Amino acid sequence: MKELALNILDIAQNSIAAGASQIAIAVRESMAADQLTISVKDNGCGMEPEFLAKVTDPFTTTRKTRKVGMGIPLLKMEAEMSGGGLRIESKKGKGTSLTACFKRSHMDRPPLGDVVGTLMVLIQGAPDLEFTYTKETDQSAFQFSTAQVRALLGGVSLSEPDVLVWIRGYVEEGELELL
Amino acid sequence: MKSLEDLKKIREDMQKQMNLRAGDENRTRVVVGMATCGIAAGARPVLTAFVDEVSRRNLQQVMVTQTGCVGICRLEPVVEVFEPGKEKVTYVKLTEEKVKKIVSEHLANGRVVDAYTIGAAE
Ligand SMILES: Nc1ncnc2c1ncn2[C@@H]1O[C@H](COP(=O)(O)OP(=O)(O)O)[C@@H](O)[C@H]1O
Ligand SMILES: [Mg+2]
Repeated sequence: MKELALNILDIAQNSIAAGASQIAIAVRESMAADQLTISVKDNGCGMEPEFLAKVTDPFTTTRKTRKVGMGIPLLKMEAEMSGGGLRIESKKGKGTSLTACFKRSHMDRPPLGDVVGTLMVLIQGAPDLEFTYTKETDQSAFQFSTAQVRALLGGVSLSEPDVLVWIRGYVEEGELELL
Repeated sequence: MKSLEDLKKIREDMQKQMNLRAGDENRTRVVVGMATCGIAAGARPVLTAFVDEVSRRNLQQVMVTQTGCVGICRLEPVVEVFEPGKEKVTYVKLTEEKVKKIVSEHLANGRVVDAYTIGAAE
């Protein structure tokens, strides 16, 4: 993937496929610790421990049917190649939490890219799910939640193009105020 | 500045328009392939470009939706357009620029952009 935002899209699609009703996406950028962390948490179906153990391993995953599983191994590789790593916790029936950590200044760290574009596409495809998006720096944080917008929309779908364009503008402006 | 007031205004406009809008079966459906292959090839900006253009031109008769892998990964990003009573049109290898043209020509004015269709690519 060219940008981490596209990995986030791919990973969050796993959460949607897992039947989650709540998906929390967070991006934390620390200048002080020279770290960039992205995380996706969901309340979907979760995974059994045996499956979880295999899911981050590219060799185990590639040996399964051709269709199965490049999203997570790919992100893991990208994280490890830029001085970081990937962690997944999952409980069957409870949900899954994935965190990828990167050394911010590492030459091989992919750019973060258009995370707001990713958020727009996720909401467009699953307008009835609740998404939260948090962007954090050393000094401040911005949070957006679909629940907050939904409450003001009185039954109008979050997938309406005008609503999505508004969401993008709102989140972009909120992020600009972060320093 | 995007305010919550703007959002309320959108809600009111949408609620008025929804009463006048055709049923979903009579609207044009734009389906964007958003599997891993599509995403890697650039489907995300293609989808957001459709959303932006449909909003900007207020094309009430158009619905934008997503699907998984359409099965022609080498031609991604792939978009299918279903117009009621017409044959499906498949556009391939799309970019944001091509999307603008498809919206202004095809979706707003009913003229298929042959140059971007799968027929032209093969
Ligand atoms: N959030 C999640 N909840 C439940 N199962 C998951 C989740 N993420 C991944 N999985 C499981 O791990 C598999 C591999 O995921 P991934 O590497 O993204 O490849 P793919 O999505 O193409 O199968 C998925 O098919 C799914 O069975
Ligand atoms: Mg996946």
